[in-house]
Amino acid sequence: MFAYIVRRMFQSVIVLLVVGLVAFSMFRFVGDPIDNMLGQERTQADIDRLRTELGLDQPFVVQYAKFLQGAVQGNFGVSYRQGRPVSTILIERAPATLELAFVSGFLAITLGIALGVFTAIRRQGIAANVIMTVSLIGVSLPTFLIGILLIYIFSVELDLLPSFGRGETVMIGSWSTGFLTASGLKALILPAITLGLYQMTLIMRLVRSEMLEVLRADYVRFARARGLSERVINFRHALKNTLVPVITITGLQLGSIIAFAIITETVFQWPGVGLLFINAIQFVDIPVMAAYLMLISVMFVTINLIVDLLYYAIDPRLRVDARAT
Amino acid sequence: MTDTMETTKSAPKSRLAKFWDSDFAWSFRHSPVAVIASLVVVVLVLAAIFAPLIAPYNPFDPATLNLMNGFTPPGTPNAFTQETFLLGTDDQGRDVFSTILYGLRISLFVGVSAVLLALIIGVILGLIAAYFGGWIETLIMRIADVQLTFPAILVAMLIFGIAKGITPPEYRDEMAIYVLIIAIALSDWVQFARVVRGAALVEKNKEYVQAARLIGRGSFPIMFRHILPNVLSPVLVIATISLALAIIAEATLSFLGVGAPPTQPSLGTLIRIGQGFLFSGEWWILFFPACTLLALALSVNLLGDWLRDALNPKLR
Repeated sequence: MFAYIVRRMFQSVIVLLVVGLVAFSMFRFVGDPIDNMLGQERTQADIDRLRTELGLDQPFVVQYAKFLQGAVQGNFGVSYRQGRPVSTILIERAPATLELAFVSGFLAITLGIALGVFTAIRRQGIAANVIMTVSLIGVSLPTFLIGILLIYIFSVELDLLPSFGRGETVMIGSWSTGFLTASGLKALILPAITLGLYQMTLIMRLVRSEMLEVLRADYVRFARARGLSERVINFRHALKNTLVPVITITGLQLGSIIAFAIITETVFQWPGVGLLFINAIQFVDIPVMAAYLMLISVMFVTINLIVDLLYYAIDPRLRVDARAT
Repeated sequence: MTDTMETTKSAPKSRLAKFWDSDFAWSFRHSPVAVIASLVVVVLVLAAIFAPLIAPYNPFDPATLNLMNGFTPPGTPNAFTQETFLLGTDDQGRDVFSTILYGLRISLFVGVSAVLLALIIGVILGLIAAYFGGWIETLIMRIADVQLTFPAILVAMLIFGIAKGITPPEYRDEMAIYVLIIAIALSDWVQFARVVRGAALVEKNKEYVQAARLIGRGSFPIMFRHILPNVLSPVLVIATISLALAIIAEATLSFLGVGAPPTQPSLGTLIRIGQGFLFSGEWWILFFPACTLLALALSVNLLGDWLRDALNPKLR
């Protein structure tokens, strides 16, 4: 167990170092930082001075080490476009994305599991079949089209919900939250549904297929023979045993939610980190791109690590296997 | 769709004939979903190929554009010029039907090329990993694992962003399509590599490979002439599903403004343009490109699902 954890953490660190190298190479080779920072009126002396100042005359390895050192301390340099430190911009934008991701993740997990169990138990029912068909369309619809569709229905036609922005936000310390105002909550609904829908259908289909498999298992038949109520069988015996793959997939999907937030944030002009990243790509704002890359990889690697360890903790069979080998 | 099928079917003739004699063809005829989906795909592909012949206007020729025609609703004559457009016009008076045909062309071109490129990279790396094993295998599969940690769309965005930074500003619009193809391909090769490696690992130990080795054939002929044809059917399934994903990925990137430029609009770019007119009531600028994209992605997806079931021996 301990050796396994150490090995996994070692792998994670290597992944992060590689991603760091990619991010650093972007700084170094994509566009000339000096070009970006000095205007047209520059002398060779200016260029040389800035080159020494930025440490660009030092060997590659030294520069990379310095970059990593800065990155660990949250220092990613200054945005080419906004002229402010990238870390400040990221901290400003993070609450919007995190709140959105949290709400959609919550929606996806609760609704996904509930609908999955429902469609598995009422396999032949009309409602279950309708849900399954709709979910198939939901999987094929690109995220941005779902967003546009929701905007069209709820903002253009019904004029119920706002189509862009976060509404009013309240500052709690340095965290701007939209949870406390009516307009903030209203603004959250459409983006959260857009972002969570795909994950929800995925979780739902997974829970359903796992449930169908488990419901055929001997111990469920035995539970039935013992005369246990359907509810106890479905939720205590069956659902519990479907949760291992569900937790893995859900954990991995948490990362996707952050990534797909880029699309949702663009559709709804949600002022989060994803929108910042898209704008950075459009304007080739390398420091912001590199910082986002590092940030998201730390998140992904951490999530993967946790999921792996959780997997291990939940399924006792894996522990036995690991000890045997 | 047909493009990928044609290329992956370039296996020896006898195999092709056997392929069609099998219950594969039978199951195709008896699946209404597959027949309808492939019909839709064929129609859309033909429309894309013959776009210059079908399209009533050339939306990229400024000479045929008349700003007076702007915002003409579908099927009704324009108030000033009395011209009628099947699916209406956009803000610059471009015929929506024509822009969709040309957009479809770019979407399909990018999608098919990206999948082909991903397939070539993935198949070669997968075969090499399986055949040689050792540190090469570890290296390739570790890279694949790391890349799989990140969603493909994010990888594609990043590659697009980096490539955009490298290309000089004056070429950015021209190169965008090709950068897009490379970005999507590089975000997608892992699937192919994993599947090919898995299948090739099994094939590698079979007698025919040993026999080929015994008569002294080199590693690369064995890999590509002997093993490759035997691992193609899962590759075909992955290619079809990847095509749907690639089309959606392209549309998503273009919609986000980090893909096909407005000078060469794909369906995603058209949707991006159309979104701006959603609130002012010109719904057709957005609606028709979105429907086309949906029909294309859905059909290819359904075809891929059917193909997976048809080729899976476990389900027969």
